Amino acid sequence: MFPTPIEKASPTARIAYKSVLPIALILWLLPLIAVAVFSIRPAEDFTNANYWGIPSSFEGFKNYGAVFFQSDMPRYMMNSVLITVPTVLGAVALSAMTGFALGVYRFNGNLLIFFMFVAGNFVPFQILMVPVRDLTLDLGLYNTKRGLILFHIAFQTGFCTLFMRNFIRQLPGELIEAARVEGVAEWRIFWYIVLPLMKPALAALAVLIFTFIWNDYFWAVVLTQGPESQPVTAGITSFNAQYRAAYHLMSAGSIVAALPPVLMFFLMQRHFIAGLTLGAVK
Amino acid sequence: MSQMTAPPARRSWWRRNQIAITPWLFLAPGILFFAVYVILPIFQSIGISTTQWDGLGEPVSVGLRNYEELYYDPAFYVSLRNNLIWLVLYLLAIPAGLFIALFLNQTVTGIRIYKSLFFFPFVISQVVVGLVFTWFYDPAFGLLNVMLGWFGAGPVNVLGDPNYVTYGIIAAGLWPQTAYCMILYLTGLNAVNPELIEAGRLDNAKGWRMLWHVVLPQLKPATFIAFVVTIIGALRSFDLISIMTNGGPFGESRVLSFYMFEVALSEYGFRMGYGAAIAVVLFLIMLCFISYFLWSMYREERQR
Amino acid sequence: MKVAHLLSATLLAGMAALPASAGSHEEKLSGTLKIFSDMSNPAPRAVMEGLAQDFDAMHDDLTVELTIIDREAYKTQIRNFLSANPPDVANWYAGNRMRPYVDAGLFMDVSDVWEGTLSEELASTKGAMTLDGKQWGVPYTYYQWGVYYRKDLYEQYGLEEPTDWESFKGNCQTLLDNGVKCFTIGTKFLWTAAGWFDYLNMRTNGFDFHMALTGGEVEWTDERVRQTFANWRELIDMGAYIDNHTAYSWQEALPFMANGEAGAYLMGNFAVAPLREAGLDDDKLDYYQFPAINGDVALAEDAPTDTFHIPSGAENPEAAKAFLKYVTSADVQTKINAGDALGQLPVNSGSSVDDDKFLKEGFEVLSSNSSGGVAQFFDRDAPAEMAKVAMEGFQRFMVQPDSLDQILDNLERARQRIYQ
Repeated sequence: MFPTPIEKASPTARIAYKSVLPIALILWLLPLIAVAVFSIRPAEDFTNANYWGIPSSFEGFKNYGAVFFQSDMPRYMMNSVLITVPTVLGAVALSAMTGFALGVYRFNGNLLIFFMFVAGNFVPFQILMVPVRDLTLDLGLYNTKRGLILFHIAFQTGFCTLFMRNFIRQLPGELIEAARVEGVAEWRIFWYIVLPLMKPALAALAVLIFTFIWNDYFWAVVLTQGPESQPVTAGITSFNAQYRAAYHLMSAGSIVAALPPVLMFFLMQRHFIAGLTLGAVK
Repeated sequence: MSQMTAPPARRSWWRRNQIAITPWLFLAPGILFFAVYVILPIFQSIGISTTQWDGLGEPVSVGLRNYEELYYDPAFYVSLRNNLIWLVLYLLAIPAGLFIALFLNQTVTGIRIYKSLFFFPFVISQVVVGLVFTWFYDPAFGLLNVMLGWFGAGPVNVLGDPNYVTYGIIAAGLWPQTAYCMILYLTGLNAVNPELIEAGRLDNAKGWRMLWHVVLPQLKPATFIAFVVTIIGALRSFDLISIMTNGGPFGESRVLSFYMFEVALSEYGFRMGYGAAIAVVLFLIMLCFISYFLWSMYREERQR
Repeated sequence: MKVAHLLSATLLAGMAALPASAGSHEEKLSGTLKIFSDMSNPAPRAVMEGLAQDFDAMHDDLTVELTIIDREAYKTQIRNFLSANPPDVANWYAGNRMRPYVDAGLFMDVSDVWEGTLSEELASTKGAMTLDGKQWGVPYTYYQWGVYYRKDLYEQYGLEEPTDWESFKGNCQTLLDNGVKCFTIGTKFLWTAAGWFDYLNMRTNGFDFHMALTGGEVEWTDERVRQTFANWRELIDMGAYIDNHTAYSWQEALPFMANGEAGAYLMGNFAVAPLREAGLDDDKLDYYQFPAINGDVALAEDAPTDTFHIPSGAENPEAAKAFLKYVTSADVQTKINAGDALGQLPVNSGSSVDDDKFLKEGFEVLSSNSSGGVAQFFDRDAPAEMAKVAMEGFQRFMVQPDSLDQILDNLERARQRIYQ
């Protein structure tokens, strides 16, 4: 193990390490802690310039209550869910198929198509912006969740294909060969043999894509406009415009908006990290 | 008779070609989506970049005039310069991530919680990161200036000063990006071959030497991925700039991706053609890196 | 108790002949009326919701569907929905700000709404709604700009409302000597700096020159433009503005005035509501007209007009036109612009201005002390692109006044490209 485990070091070093850990963590999360403290302050603290003193009263319930019951925030959150979940399903489904095709079969153009997906995944959004916006307008899907979902599925297919294909490459090929010898149809091989083996990849990818799409801001701004379709990342800016300089409410709103992916991460940590770090180890 | 023979004939045709056709059937929906929403638009954008178009009426072809204008546009050079600064400084996320990973790669009680908490800035949306840091930097009440005040310094108007603004935004961006690199390295460190470490110890390698000669070579895949995601992240920087400064003060924190949006779709922007030209330039810069990534991947594929 | 402040006796006499309520005499309207509005701040939102509700209640067969979009976001989204899913009525602004949509054929020509009495009642804003000889919408409110100041602070330091440039700067110096900044401002979103340019330029060179400049007819490197910036520079060099203004929005700059760190704010009348909310009552807060700089030019003011339009893709233009007539009618105008509603000025000459000291003073200034003319605002008088480049230049000038030559060269190059 590197660096040398601290258990092997002197007791003083061990104590030093254990006391430095929480301090480092607090420093690391300081900006976030500040916002969390803001979010439970009463409005008066801000007018009295009591930004960093002891909060004059605890108004957490009131502030978060305002976010949940007196603003469009719940609608934006719901929109985010209704955009993110179908995108995750769509992108994972499409890429399970493309990944299977590219990972299992050898044919002319295999690598070329694979590289097309990989390269497309790295392209700057701005070069897609004008045509995608026009296409969405032409399809009558501007300012709809569907318009945003379709684009997200298409774009995420690039990254997902990279992920799935590499994962399938690591599966034992003998299983597939054996099935073919038995005369099992190809689609059955996909459905009954490969797909069950891909479960960890599917889970990891689903969690990752959930986070990516939930946090998307650019496309939300380009393709949607109002509380009827905008996800929470774009909604938070409207929310803030409404409560400009009401830092307690803006802070509470930001925390609410950030929460779902954080929860997702803590609940599905193993899958999440497995997904992020695929390929980080040989 | 024909009724008897036809089905087996068809089945055998299918059976003969099943393996050749199946991958294409599986690929079809994915390729279709990807082509319509990603590949084609690249070429359409290149086409639009040769027009003058307000996005409302009809585009008018102007040849390369948009590119000519870019050449004389000071705002374009400011964006380009900032893009370069982003590229270089954003890479600091890699050593910083490695440093934190080394710091956390221990087995004391509760270390898993620490690792998760160190990582979780990455899962927060950039919009919220941007807001959090905007308040952190606020010249009137921001925590940064409160802390500078303890040392008798400040206040510094980070986001309102043309000299600091880009660095301030990059620092905000480095926060989640470092977390990302950290997790890559933590996973990588987990897989470092203990025998090689022991062998290194026997050779009396310690600290830096061990890190440099024994550990880092084994972390190469993690470093490669960290490099890829950091470069892409640096060139995609949009959310933070949009939230924190809106490109200001007087355009000094623009990067190409933001300038493109500003020119084409923002409050006063009606120039789709000019925006597309900026996007093409950004695309060409990205293409250098994409080619490099693909080339590395290609080499690896050949080795298998 | 509100005292009706009526524009003039003649118009009042003419008003008596008008029907009491414009809405009740319409033909039967049916279907839905889709309205997109940018009135997202709390008070305007309530007004808009009230308008939609009342109009809905007046017409049994008509359903009014109202969508309120954040005011800032609206500015970028209007172009999308005008072509993608046009409502029947949409908010926007007067002047050149309408031009892209008029040129693209996205706003409906509503000259027929203006026919007859409306043209007389809305005479003061008709010009701002006219492009190419036709009217493309109706105004529903306008408001004065001017200097809002801390009356108590001025009294404390023995200052009076300035009447000329010298006393304007003199006041400022006194405040600075007492550790108070003269003006608060937040230039993060640029347009606040344009307010300063508008006033300094109109006071230095007059209304006609200002219009010629925003219309692209004068070079930005002109000596007269430089004179405007030279005047501005006097204030900047004094340290008249709060520090770090580039970091703040206009709202975030309010506390400096509320807590006494700054003495005044050059702003639109919409700043009154939040300042009152922050605890400045009428004893502490007052208003004065931006004083003359060059005695040879007549005073001119900024008074932006906010508007309603009918997109050309509207599905229920009949109901939309009825709505336009409804919002501009005299009593609706009185009601929605009252101090407890929008707190701004009614556009209909038959309406009464609310008994609010700022509204009364503003109305007075605009109707009798603005002989030079009334401008919309820099970003509504100049085309969008020019406005953007110029306002960035203004912000930069406020931080780096030494870069003036470079800024003006830049603006001049933009002018030559944009107005070709």
